[in-house]
Amino acid sequence: MITFLELLVNGISVGAVYALIALGFVIIFKATEVVNFAHASLLLVGGFVVAKLHPSIGFWAALALGVTVAAAVGALIEFLIIRRANVTSHSVLAIVTIGVDIVLVTELTRRIGTDVLALGDPWRDRVLHLGEVSVAQTRVVALGVAAALITAFLLAFKYTNWGIAMRATAEDSETAALMGVRRGRVSMGAWAVAGALAAVAALFLCVFPTPGLDRSTTFAAMKAFPAAILGGLDSTTGALAGGLIIGVTEAMMSGYQNDLAFLGRGIGDVAPFLVMIVVLLIRPAGLFGTRELARV
Amino acid sequence: MSKKVILACLALAAVAVAVPFYLEGFWLQAGLFAMSAAIGAIGINLLTGATGQLSMGHAFFLAVGAYAYVYFSSEPEGGAHALGGLGLPTPLAALLAVVAAGAAGGLFSPIAGRLKGAYLGIATLALIFVGQHVLFNAEPVTGGYNGRPVPPMELFGLVFADTPELVIAQVPFGALERLWFLGLVLLTGAALFARGVLRGRPGRAMNTIRDHEIAAGVMGVPVARYRAGVFVLSSMYAGLAGVLVALVFQRTVPDYFGLLLSLDYLAMIIIGGLGSVAGAVIGAFFISMLPQVLSRYSDALPLVAEPGSGGVSPAEAARILYGAAVVVIVLFLPGGLFGLARRAGLALRGRATPAAPARQTPLSPSPAPSPDPRN
Repeated sequence: MITFLELLVNGISVGAVYALIALGFVIIFKATEVVNFAHASLLLVGGFVVAKLHPSIGFWAALALGVTVAAAVGALIEFLIIRRANVTSHSVLAIVTIGVDIVLVTELTRRIGTDVLALGDPWRDRVLHLGEVSVAQTRVVALGVAAALITAFLLAFKYTNWGIAMRATAEDSETAALMGVRRGRVSMGAWAVAGALAAVAALFLCVFPTPGLDRSTTFAAMKAFPAAILGGLDSTTGALAGGLIIGVTEAMMSGYQNDLAFLGRGIGDVAPFLVMIVVLLIRPAGLFGTRELARV
Repeated sequence: MSKKVILACLALAAVAVAVPFYLEGFWLQAGLFAMSAAIGAIGINLLTGATGQLSMGHAFFLAVGAYAYVYFSSEPEGGAHALGGLGLPTPLAALLAVVAAGAAGGLFSPIAGRLKGAYLGIATLALIFVGQHVLFNAEPVTGGYNGRPVPPMELFGLVFADTPELVIAQVPFGALERLWFLGLVLLTGAALFARGVLRGRPGRAMNTIRDHEIAAGVMGVPVARYRAGVFVLSSMYAGLAGVLVALVFQRTVPDYFGLLLSLDYLAMIIIGGLGSVAGAVIGAFFISMLPQVLSRYSDALPLVAEPGSGGVSPAEAARILYGAAVVVIVLFLPGGLFGLARRAGLALRGRATPAAPARQTPLSPSPAPSPDPRN
């Protein structure tokens, strides 16, 4: 039972981090209708900046800078590439982001090499004891930060001018433009926010119990893709639900690995994708996604 | 087909046949990889280029083809690390491997038929991760981490291996030289078949689905069935490419069939040109030759360092180059390299033969019609 509770808390916490990544992914999709395969590389950018700068300027400054750089890279991708790509097919735009991803990931993994970079976080490997359940402090912080960021974002989405402009663009971008919403600014903002969220997520993907930032971090980030799509690509609620489902499933499958030996080693890493396939078989638009209807 | 095209094809065929008599093994191997990549790229171009369905799972179907060939053709081995196998004749095993890849695509068709575009792209990511998991864990079939040796192909008494020795025109014909011709035949067949598909009724239907799904449905194209069907066809192409790559490697290892390979294939069709057979072939040769060329001439090139010396290794330089090429081509050259070649050809023809343009109608007012800028 205690193992179960520990796994559950860990799963929810990791799930919250996945939800952060998936949320950025969904925001980009809503604002620009681009499926952003470069998302994992944005995350890597943020993590890399934090890892490289924290010894010289301290953790918090490095984190702030990492978030800023990731947001700037996101905005730059939008400004330099997505805005200028004059293509009608969204698959082609998705492949363009793959091109960006290849360049960024290759260069960053080359710089990382075979090292495992610590992120210099203040929580280190301390463990919190709640009764008999013990949880790593980083996990608790991750949960808190993710929850706070997601709440802040959802509130902003609902009440600020920026949020209204974004929702209007997602609903009908041409009408929104006619009403005076500056589409370019909205989509650039979406990319920047997504980059910032990804950088925060990078921090929590790389702290204890994970050894640190290394070249496999992009694969960890990939698990946010099923989170986004199983919730429904155009639904922020879906991103949250998807993140939690993926996080808990992964934690449970890895935790009870020994009982699931017939499925092979490392089943936890594959579990998110299996869940996604099962959900897509039943609901092709995802759990909360709107089924696409078209008038002719 | 005009006389010029036939002549060009004949010349190309002559060059392709002459290559193993003149070039060394390094280039033959690179060329064979490019041929297998071309077969796979034609398949994914049918799916992504012609039908507009994104697939990140192409490497999975290559793996199915490669491992199925090994499993069907190997004799079972006992001992501590028992490896299964059926010991079928190799041509039959290759055929069954292609069918197996198609069947794997068919199993995915409930998803492949219903999801469209980039949605399918994410869903097919699952294939890569699940595939890697299976390759590492299903040891009796796949050999696990270390992979399995590939039995050489044997066709009409000719073994595609270094032994028995064979010398033609004073050139020793080893495995690579023999496989070269097998690769040529397979690639030609695959390209002609895909061309037939694209130019015929199914090709029209696929393009309509890509351009306007609802219009396609209204005109009577069974959209879901076509999507699933093209997915199966493209998996079979991937399976064939997998068989060829296994024969060239002579050993299958799970690491090779990862996400990066899938991304390579997508880059190939974008760089070559979406939706056409020639584009896929050009892109495949470009992407698979680039790292080989860079590593061959790494000491002569600035910025590229020897592998392991800390600088940008040839493989990394190649990846960065073609990642950037994907972006640049989508921004500035929507038709890819094939589109560029065609445009250059048109421009040349327009300048060289202003007196007798082939397609000029008698009513055309200008003697030298400028090439249509849209093509």
